[in-house]
Amino acid sequence: MSLINSLKETSFDYISKVFGRGPVKPGESYGAPGVGNSMGISVFTSIALIFLWWLVTNMGWIQPLFLPTPESVLKKFVEIWTEEFGGATLLTHTKASLFRVFSAFFLACVTAIPIGIAMGVNRIFRGVFDPPIEFYRPIPPLGYLPLTIIWLGIEDTQKITLIYLAVFAPMALNARSGVRSVTIEQIQMAYSLGATRAQVIWHVILKGAMPEILTGMRIGIGFGWTTLVAAEMVAAEAGIGHMVLSAAEFLVTDVVIMGIIVIGAIAYMFDLLMRYVERKVVPWKGKM
Amino acid sequence: MSKLDLNKVTVVYPPPTRDSDEVHALQDIDLSIEGNDFVVALGASGCGKTTLLNVMAGFIQPTGGNVLLDSKPIKGPGADRGVVFQQHALLPWLNVMDNTSFGLMLQKKGSEERKEVASKYLGLVGLEEFLNHFPYQLSGGMRQRVGLARALTSDPAILLMDEPLGALDALTREIMQELVLDIWNETKKMVFFITHSVDEAIFMATRLIVMSPRPGRIIKSYNLDFNQRFFKNRDARRVKSLPEFIETRQEVLNIIHSDEIRIDQG
Repeated sequence: MSLINSLKETSFDYISKVFGRGPVKPGESYGAPGVGNSMGISVFTSIALIFLWWLVTNMGWIQPLFLPTPESVLKKFVEIWTEEFGGATLLTHTKASLFRVFSAFFLACVTAIPIGIAMGVNRIFRGVFDPPIEFYRPIPPLGYLPLTIIWLGIEDTQKITLIYLAVFAPMALNARSGVRSVTIEQIQMAYSLGATRAQVIWHVILKGAMPEILTGMRIGIGFGWTTLVAAEMVAAEAGIGHMVLSAAEFLVTDVVIMGIIVIGAIAYMFDLLMRYVERKVVPWKGKM
Repeated sequence: MSKLDLNKVTVVYPPPTRDSDEVHALQDIDLSIEGNDFVVALGASGCGKTTLLNVMAGFIQPTGGNVLLDSKPIKGPGADRGVVFQQHALLPWLNVMDNTSFGLMLQKKGSEERKEVASKYLGLVGLEEFLNHFPYQLSGGMRQRVGLARALTSDPAILLMDEPLGALDALTREIMQELVLDIWNETKKMVFFITHSVDEAIFMATRLIVMSPRPGRIIKSYNLDFNQRFFKNRDARRVKSLPEFIETRQEVLNIIHSDEIRIDQG
């Protein structure tokens, strides 16, 4: 009896350790809503969702045509890793997609960030770039995809351009508003210590804009993944989007789901990487 | 010995809205600061104290009159005038050492010299133990100390301090008042110091100017020596409770109060 009791107690301890919000600091009970650790809950949610998926498919409540079992998706993953599907192996598809997204991302980084900064610090740049960016920004990439095909054909150039355009706007606008986040006192401080205008821009404004530049990069790459699938669904020979679309045409649902999971997993991992970079590069973010 | 002269300085801002008149932030300010004057500007918000400081720093060009530092007109901000800001204006990505030596870095001084000069002034403000801390790891008082050390590194002729203690708690504020006085006494610099605390103004000033808004101007000027008494007995609270101190405070408060009534009656 005492054994069961102590077991109950330990398991209760364990649950509160995993799901609890951690030690409550004094004064926090009536503090900001939502504080505390949510990692345990997130892990539990993920496991529960996969279990639910496993349950409904293995019990035969949903037909494999609509939702295949997790095992078969995993099997397809291993299978297609080396065998061709839709004209290429999974590795080739993934490489093609990554090449497109990261080329566009890289091009956007080296153009959108300087242009955004220039828009923030220079009235003429702002006047020139504001109308075109604000005009095309709200248009979904699918809207101008046909135009990019007419202009650029269906090679990688067209796909990278499409993704680039989707990534460009959020990056440029974030860099621009990052410039605004520098306080007038910080700028006056630099001038009062004898700084030139170029020094103010380089040593104060550019560094001060870093948190928002990094946020822009995170948002931008998110748009990149979204646009990737759209770009690859029209006339591509390789790419995860292409693989998913050709699988859907033959109702090979497990490949469709596998492709979605691969894109989701890569995007999520890259976002974790960006968050890590953020913690390293702008450790003061939100603290001052 | 340096000298800062303001002759009939006037600053007029354009009307903030279409229906309103233009704003006379400063009108015909005559002021000269020299030697090791500790000039304190006191007044309600909107009386032009900060505009006056901005003119001296060179952030604002006066609409009328002129400002001369050692007989040369001030054309813009420069390292010969050190500014300490109310909100410390530290750069969050630099540690205490790099924030302090920021001005020396801008002037392309070698790293040895930067370290040496910055360490000297960080020692003066009592922060030699915190060289590698980042601003977000410091308390409000410590941040202001860094701001003060930074302004001193370029060895300016005058220190311009815009309510530097305004954001601090009462106890830290008292400690910082003594620190600023000690540094002033040690470096023999001219100081122009803004505050809206009457006690702080009377305690710290060798010259106190009381300002009034609409248009911003100096309505009264005092020569005081309470800081010298502090240097003698090192007891700030005793100085602040001297009968003369309380009398002066009463008088200053009366001036400010009657000025407010004048303004309210339009």
